[in-house]
Amino acid sequence: MRLLEIEDLSVSIGSKQVLKNFDLRINRGETHALFGPNGTGKTTLLNVIAGIPRYTIDGGSIVFKGEDITHMSMDERARLGIGMAFQRPPAIRGLRLKDLIKIINPDADAPAILKKMDFEAFGDRDVNRGFSGGEVKRSEMVQLLAQQPDLVMLDEPDSGVDLENIKLIGEAINQLTQKDQRPSLRTKSGIIITHFGHILDYMKADRAHVMLGGAIVCSGNPTEILEQIKKSGYEGCVGCLCPA
Amino acid sequence: MSSIEEKASKAREKKALYGTDVDLESYESEAKPQSVVEDAEDLPSVVKKAAMDVGVKLDSESSGAYVQMDQTPVVAKSLFEGVEIMDMASALEKYDYLQDYWWKLVAPDADKYTADVAKSPPAGYFIRAKKGMKTVFPVKSCLYLGSTNLNQRVHNIIIAEEGSELHVITGCTTPAHVQRGLHVGVSEFFIQKNAKVSFTMVHSWGKEVEVRPRTGITIAEGGSLSNNYILLRPVKTLQTFPTATLAGRGAVASFNTVIYATMGNIDVGSNVNLNAPDTSAESISRVVCVGGEVIARGRMTGRVPGARAHLECVGLLLSDKGRIYSIPELDGQSRDLDMSHEAAVGRISEEELEYLMSRGLSSEEATSVIVRGFLDVEIKGLPEELKQEIKNITQREDLKGS
Repeated sequence: MRLLEIEDLSVSIGSKQVLKNFDLRINRGETHALFGPNGTGKTTLLNVIAGIPRYTIDGGSIVFKGEDITHMSMDERARLGIGMAFQRPPAIRGLRLKDLIKIINPDADAPAILKKMDFEAFGDRDVNRGFSGGEVKRSEMVQLLAQQPDLVMLDEPDSGVDLENIKLIGEAINQLTQKDQRPSLRTKSGIIITHFGHILDYMKADRAHVMLGGAIVCSGNPTEILEQIKKSGYEGCVGCLCPA
Repeated sequence: MSSIEEKASKAREKKALYGTDVDLESYESEAKPQSVVEDAEDLPSVVKKAAMDVGVKLDSESSGAYVQMDQTPVVAKSLFEGVEIMDMASALEKYDYLQDYWWKLVAPDADKYTADVAKSPPAGYFIRAKKGMKTVFPVKSCLYLGSTNLNQRVHNIIIAEEGSELHVITGCTTPAHVQRGLHVGVSEFFIQKNAKVSFTMVHSWGKEVEVRPRTGITIAEGGSLSNNYILLRPVKTLQTFPTATLAGRGAVASFNTVIYATMGNIDVGSNVNLNAPDTSAESISRVVCVGGEVIARGRMTGRVPGARAHLECVGLLLSDKGRIYSIPELDGQSRDLDMSHEAAVGRISEEELEYLMSRGLSSEEATSVIVRGFLDVEIKGLPEELKQEIKNITQREDLKGS
């Protein structure tokens, strides 16, 4: 069953077109990885799905759970089940992480979530304030574990993270995307942007796409695509005839 | 006529340097006497409730209490042997030495407001932390302006003797039924050698109330002051510019100001003279303005080598109907000074707003969370329970950002 369906989506920032006639379909229970060089529109895609307002939608549609969300506000999308781990989230002065967990989800078990991410010492700290790169990523995972979205979007959750914590983050992603359950029981989906693919050693992705110039040029098995990229770079994907 | 009265008489018409001019004649100067009570517990419930609203819980977890209704001191009681608390008139009668402190840090002829207080019978608190005695719980005081149209005049003295530690929380407030009023408070704080004082003042006035506190502070060698001022409720006009003088080696002063303005003319700041070696001062103000005019001043004057001073004025302006005018001033008058300031006035960051909205908070909820966090200044050197009381005020659910 379809969770997310993006059709013919074109997006620009100012006068610059970032996504061109973009198509993507994600079924319930599937996690997709996005590869591609910097500036190719991966983060824009996630931001546009999340509903960050500084982009112009020039055409096309985003349908989530059968509902057209192309012009829906960010908070409505979040409440509908879209969650995002930001690449470089801002710090919020005076807002303690454990208080934010309660705001996101009053029923969340904050101590258990913090413990799971080995982040207990940060519960009383202001959200992301003075956090290192790796700590920020764990803060994002803590918030998503509280939010429990149906579509988890992760923008480079492994950048700046040491090996020990990559494992922790990978496990959290598996939990959020229900990889601990039988495939037929999974209802939650994910999209992950990763540059080096390290995180894929610790989490399960079902499908991968290579983005170049604002469009998907190649899709397939994550391990095979990653090997291909490692062997011949993103340029190798241009002439690739994999089914997109 | 004493020289104080003489000076005051000459300054009757003298306008203050800052703030709007108040017509003193338009207020009543005679107050109806109120009944004195034995204990804070016996106060009328309306007063107890008003005190609670400004974070003053008059309970056993206090080192003492002072409550003044209009011009009458109704409670002045110490609950800790290390602290003496009296009403000012009785204290002046009991201690001749107080003449050496009376009007020494605030001039009776500073302006028409101080002159007016100088000509009135003394009313206010006298708090003395005895030598070497350290309080854990704060002394709690409430200045209650309960009669419409009254000019409430207060004159306070705090003496923290050598090596003592004193925490004071003062709530100045008026109940909703008071349509109009004026509060003028003169305060003189003497922080002696190695004494440590935290003084927190919370104001909650009405839409037609005018307020003119006048404060002078001196800090001797090794002494420290943490001064906190919180104003979250509407006021018509308010102007205050407390002046602290770091007179002895190693003296420290820190001022924290938190303001949430919806209307009125609010002119606040702090003025610190660093007159001795190794002294340091810090002044942090956070202003959220959704209406009215807020002038946030800060002035630091460094007069000896090695003095360190930092000013920080940050404002969030959330409406076209408001104004924040930030005036940080640094006056260096010696070599080897380390003085700095940062000032910023702006709006809530879009990025922060979007971040919280991506977690499902509405735009209004996200704004409110960011504003509350902005006002939640980390105030150093306060006992835990006092921190909690202040937090309760700044975290009130009804403090919305729009």
